[in-house]
Amino acid sequence: MATRTMQFKIYRYDPDKDNAPYMQDFSIEIDETDRKLLDVLTKLKAQDDTLSYRRSCREGICGSDAMNINGKNGLACLTEIKDLKQPVVLRPLPGLPVIRDLIVDMTQFFKQYHSIKPYLINNTPPPERERLQSPEDREELNGLYECILCACCSTSCPSFWWNPDKFVGPAGLLNAYRFIADTRDEATNERLDNLEDPYRLFRCHTIMNCVDVCPKGLNPTKAIGKIKEMMVRRAI
Amino acid sequence: MVNRVVVGAGYGLKDWIAQRATAVVMAVYTLILLATLGALGPSGFEAWRSIFSNGFMQFMTFLFFISLFWHVWIGVRDILMDYIWNDGLRLVLMIAVVAALVGYAGWAAKILWRL
Repeated sequence: MATRTMQFKIYRYDPDKDNAPYMQDFSIEIDETDRKLLDVLTKLKAQDDTLSYRRSCREGICGSDAMNINGKNGLACLTEIKDLKQPVVLRPLPGLPVIRDLIVDMTQFFKQYHSIKPYLINNTPPPERERLQSPEDREELNGLYECILCACCSTSCPSFWWNPDKFVGPAGLLNAYRFIADTRDEATNERLDNLEDPYRLFRCHTIMNCVDVCPKGLNPTKAIGKIKEMMVRRAI
Repeated sequence: MVNRVVVGAGYGLKDWIAQRATAVVMAVYTLILLATLGALGPSGFEAWRSIFSNGFMQFMTFLFFISLFWHVWIGVRDILMDYIWNDGLRLVLMIAVVAALVGYAGWAAKILWRL
């Protein structure tokens, strides 16, 4: 079977041993059957088991292996290696504290996600069977519910880099709209109140880095636009 | 006071709308101004003065300046919120920006109605 060599430059940092982060060069033989970046990372891990990264489902559902690949955030398991320019430069997601190598501390990201109350709020007694939606109402949730919370979008957003403690970020706002748009939810007004804030929502200046990187092809900017549109309709 | 992160000022929408509305006013004014200058082709101080001493032009020009200063306020405040992390310094700078812009607005009015 034909093999070829790939060159990598990977961000390394072990706070127990290293004074400062550094970039390490790796060279690895890959087989024809290796197609995704995660396949190669698995091989690199076998070569040097101190290399640390998160992974789980290996098929773009869990969102664990988000990282900065050649300067652009993405999921290692969905990234084709044949499209990558060498040496492939891998860094942790930007803007979040590094725990070790490619692993970042996502606390801030999930804190913002929880702040939008990512669950259905409906205090009317549930009907005998499920709460139904019309197909048209259900249609509005497409492009929203698919978010896997990998944080590729929020960590590519300068507004989130500057104010991660105050700006909800594209992922959180996409999910906020997912519940604002849900006809079964009864807390629309409270949700809009919660976001009507110069930091929480209006730090978004529509530069669309989030849309550019989303590995699921979602459009947080559009969702943010719809939240603003609903606020305008409510106010005038 | 504990140093906790506080958000929820509950404004932002009005500024967001104002930013867009003032941009439209400025774009419309630019077209009016270009059309007027194109049609009249003023040469010399008197010709320029007669354009801006016209009541409609005065009103539109003043509206343009008010829109510009309001637009500038929202934009500069955004920059201060992103880059000036010391609350006290940010407040001082915001007040300075408002003071300057209000002064400019008065100055613009003075120049326009002197024509």
